[in-house]
Formats: sequence, structure tokens, C-alpha cells
Amino acid sequence: MSEPRPGSATESRLHGRDLTLGYDERVISRELSVSIPDGSFTVIVGPNACGKSTLLRALARMLKPTAGTVHLDGQLITQYATKEAARRLGLLPQSSIAPDGITVADLVSRGRYPHQRMFRQWSSADTNAVAEAMTDTGVADLKHRRVDELSGGQRQRVWLAMVLAQQTPIMLLDEPTTFLDIAHQVDVLELCHDLHGRHGRTLVAVLHDLNHACRYATHLIAMRDGQIVAEGSPGEIVDEALVHDVFGLACRVVDDPETGTPLVVPAARRLAPATEPEPVDA
Amino acid sequence: MTTTNTRDDTATDTAPRAVTVERIDLSPTSYTVRGRGDRWSVRFDRRVAVVCAALTTALAVVLLISLAVGDYSIGPAEVLRTLVGSPPDPLADFIVNGRRLPRALVAFLVGAALGASGAVFQSLSRNPLGSPDVIGFTSGASAGAVFVILVAGGSMLQVAGGAIVGGLLTATAVYLLAYKRGVQGFRLILVGIAAGAMLQSAVSYMLMRADLIEATGAQVWLTGSLNTRAWEHVVAVAIGMAVVAPVLLGLSRPMRVIEMGDDAATGLGVDAERTRVGMLIAATVLAAMAVAAAGPISFIALSAPHLARRLARAPGATVGSAALMGALLLGVSDLVAQWMLPSPLPVGVVTVSVGGLYLIWLLAREGRRHHV
Repeated sequence: MSEPRPGSATESRLHGRDLTLGYDERVISRELSVSIPDGSFTVIVGPNACGKSTLLRALARMLKPTAGTVHLDGQLITQYATKEAARRLGLLPQSSIAPDGITVADLVSRGRYPHQRMFRQWSSADTNAVAEAMTDTGVADLKHRRVDELSGGQRQRVWLAMVLAQQTPIMLLDEPTTFLDIAHQVDVLELCHDLHGRHGRTLVAVLHDLNHACRYATHLIAMRDGQIVAEGSPGEIVDEALVHDVFGLACRVVDDPETGTPLVVPAARRLAPATEPEPVDA
Repeated sequence: MTTTNTRDDTATDTAPRAVTVERIDLSPTSYTVRGRGDRWSVRFDRRVAVVCAALTTALAVVLLISLAVGDYSIGPAEVLRTLVGSPPDPLADFIVNGRRLPRALVAFLVGAALGASGAVFQSLSRNPLGSPDVIGFTSGASAGAVFVILVAGGSMLQVAGGAIVGGLLTATAVYLLAYKRGVQGFRLILVGIAAGAMLQSAVSYMLMRADLIEATGAQVWLTGSLNTRAWEHVVAVAIGMAVVAPVLLGLSRPMRVIEMGDDAATGLGVDAERTRVGMLIAATVLAAMAVAAAGPISFIALSAPHLARRLARAPGATVGSAALMGALLLGVSDLVAQWMLPSPLPVGVVTVSVGGLYLIWLLAREGRRHHV
């Protein structure tokens, strides 16, 4: 199990150093250092309120650190013009608002904003990027549909397409599977996996489901109480001790029969109910 | 309407045109105009463009009617001759160029300022009720102007100054009171309504304490009227518009981005709070300027953006078409107020009556939509 190595992280394109993060007076993380390996699909996991979204928000410059610095491509992220930063780092926030009546293609086209100027409002590069983003996310057939008519899963694909149209080498996704049913969760994660495979893009996502994280992440960051408890590839770091340490959950870790990655099976707290068919009311 | 030239990528196009108009596959009505080699490009929506052209045509018609109709009626041909500098007689010149033209232009400019201001406020608050008269900024401008009228007597410039200072002070106060890690639309509206109510009572208090003649003058001004508006008003509002328009043009694209939420805006490289402050200042100046020129005319700022958006069927705010719609609404309202009622009334009375009905309809509709 590899321990976090504050400060000693090799210079990756995106890293944070000695971050103190919080809202108003409430401090969530203190002296947190993190480095996102280039070209990885990094997933941040941890129990509720462990500071994983806060960390992502700080890396995405949505939250100004109380202390410490975030570096992007060897420079302080705050030193970039906001549009320049947006050409390097894309972001899928937890919740966004689709303007009333907007079509899929129009929404995706808004991802081109950082590449446009007042008198360069639509170039052929924009046309190509939007078409490519819609093809890659499988929403090309929906392009003239209104976003508010789509299902949750389709809508999330459209938002992903918007971030993709931004054509950034690094993409940050804040809980991209929340509010989706299991089939659509897997669908979105498969899509992220594909996007990561293509063009050597770096993806960072916050996920709730540890098993999803284990299956799709190439690099896992486990957090608790605002600190990084462990990081590394899921196969290296996820075991019973870690899950107990991070989530306080007794479990068994077995090999995922599909992929061989770790699969967390919570320990049964009572005898297996398989023999008694009537539901147990809490 | 087929001046557009849809280029075919497979065609051998050896010498690209200096300017190309091309449909883009975002919505059935999206087009781009671009220079050779993508050196510059402008995106537009065909429907919005058609709506703007139609509104401009309607404005020209209303202008012509405004200049022709009156106690001394002048035929359209004579009106046109008078406008180009060869009037049939000196009286026509005085009436058209000296009286009716400035009045009509003030109506258009004030209406446009109100329409644009309303569009910005609605985008800012993400709420169809977010207009400067609903959220108290117009009351702030009125309070400033009434204060100046009663205390300093009030030349046109002083009243204008009072209205703009009053409007900006109110905007600052509302912004600061509504601020909590950035400003949210709903808080802005609630704080604004409260501030507006307080300022209304301040206006009533000032009127009660004033002497009768001054109070009557201020009361007439408070109804919102275009009587006795002259070229000095046209020049003042036109200069104000000329200053604010480029600011709004620069803000229009980031404004659309922040409609998707602050986090998405940050991701796309827009400083949401800075954009919002810019929008707030520009829209407040527009509203205050309109109040300064014509008194607090209600409901144009609320209804013009709705009607424009309905016609254009475009997502999000369209400041340009809202401004044209505002100009048309106020131009027509002033015609109605002057000539179509048993006795002439201040235009503010007409906009309040029509706008009140519109507001009731809007609330009923919004209420239904949110309950179903």
C-alpha cells in the first residue's frame, strides 16, 4: 500500500500542494497535497463529506484554496487567464442548468466558448469539434432534440459532450453518475473509459460507488476526513483493511469475475436471509 | 430570403469568397457569417434576425404615424419631405422636426433601454419576473429623481443625475444585501422587492412633506410621461445608450454562458461574478437613464423580453430583439395615450394598464406550469 507523499510528487500536469480547503470558517482539508498522474483515469472515493468534491473543486479552480497552490502545466492555475485555463482543463459540474428550450447541438456548442472571441464566434474547427464530441458520446442522433425532453442518462451524455467539445487534455468530472440508474451509471463510466483511452486524455472523477471506481480507475485516491488515506492502482491498494479504514465497513474483497479488479462485498451483519422469503421490516 | 449560400464541402472551391454565409448544424436556424480563412466569424440565428428586421420595419411605420397624426395632421408624403429638409411649410417643419420627432425618438430610446435592461435582469436572476421595476431599481431611480425635484427644483440634467445616482445606489445596496458567496437570482429578487417597497414609501413621504405645487409636478413626473420631451432628451438618452451598448455587446456571450450555472461557467472560462457585476451595472444604468428621461414607465422592461423571446423562440436572453420590442411597445403606447383615448393621458398610465393584465396572465401561466 503506497502512502501519500506530500511534496515529493513528481511534476504532473495537474497537482495541488499543501492545500487548505474549506468554506467560510469551516476547514475541510489541511495541508493536502495531491498529484494527478498524466494520462490516468483518476477516481477520488471516500465517505460522504470526506472532502472529495471539495478537492476536485479546488483542482478545477471553482474553489479558492485558503492556503496552498494548484499548478496546471507548470504554472499556478490562478495565473492563467480564465479562458486559457478553460482550454487546458474541462469540467463537468455536479449540476448545471440547460437554458430553456435549448437543442442538444446548441448546448454542446457552448463547450467551444473558450476557443471563441467576440469576432470569432464560429469557425470550422468549432463545427468539427462539436460533431466529433456528439459522435464520441453517441448523441449525434439526438442533435436537434430539446435537452429538456431527454432522459437523465441521455442528458448526462450531452453534458459530457459539451465538456468534450472543449477539447481539453484534462477533464474533471464531479459525480458524473449521481441520479442515474445502474445501467446508465455503467453506460457513462464505459464512455469515460473510452474517452480516457482516446488521445491520452487525463480524466479525474469523483465517484460514490467504490466498485465502479475499482473497475474503471487506473489510479485511485481514497480520502477520509479531508486527507488522502491511500492512492495507487485499485489492484494495489484496495483490500479489507483499507475499506474498513476509509468507510468503516467490514467487507470481503474478491476478484471481480468480469475484470479481475477488486470487488468489495460488504460483510453480512445477520445470517443470510435466503431461506426466509418474507421481507424484514426495519 | 435565399441570399444564403450553403457551401458544399465536396465542391472544388478554389477561391474562397471574402464573406461566406453558411448554415451550421446546431439548430435549423443557426447560421454563421465568416471571412476568408476563418479570420473572423459571427454567429446568428435566422429567426432572431427575421424578428429584428420585422420589428425595425414596424418601428419605421410607427414613427411615420407618430409624425403624421395629431391636431395638425400632415400627410405621409409631406412628413417624408419634411424629414429630408424640404418641408411644405415652416409650421410642418416645426411640428414634425421640432415636436413630434424628438418625442417619438425619446419613446423609442427609452423603450429600447427598458427592454434591454429587462432582458439583462431576467437573465441575471434566471427568473421571468426579474425586471428593474419589479426588483426595486426603478423605485430607487424614482426616489433619487423626486428628491432632486423637491430639493433642488430640478432641471432636466439634475433630475437625470438624481435618477441615475438613486438607481445605482439601490443596485449596490441590493447586490450587497443579496450577496452570499456570489449572488443568486432568487435572493436578488426578494431583496430587490423589499428595497423597492421601502423606497416607494420614501417617495410617498417626500411627496407628503413637499408643498402642493411641487408635489403635483413630481407626481406627474412619477406617472411616466413623454409630454414636452425635446431634442435635449433625445441627445442625453442616445449618448447613454451609445456608452452602454458596447458593454452589453461584450457581455452578451459570457452572459449566455452563466445561464448554465456558475460552475459550468467557470469550467468554460467565464468569471461569473465579474460578468454579473458588469451586467448589473449596465442594466441599472439603462433603467435609470430611461427613468431620468421619461419617469418610471412600468412593465415595458418586464414584457418586452418575454414577447421578443416568444417571437424569436431562441433559448436564453436576446438583448437586441428585446430592445427593439421595448421601443415598439413604448412607441405604440404613446400613440395610444395621445390619440386613441377620449382625452390624452401620460403614457405611463397606458403601460401600467396593459402591463398589469400581462403580468396577471404571466403569473397564472407560470403558476400552472410549476404545479403540473
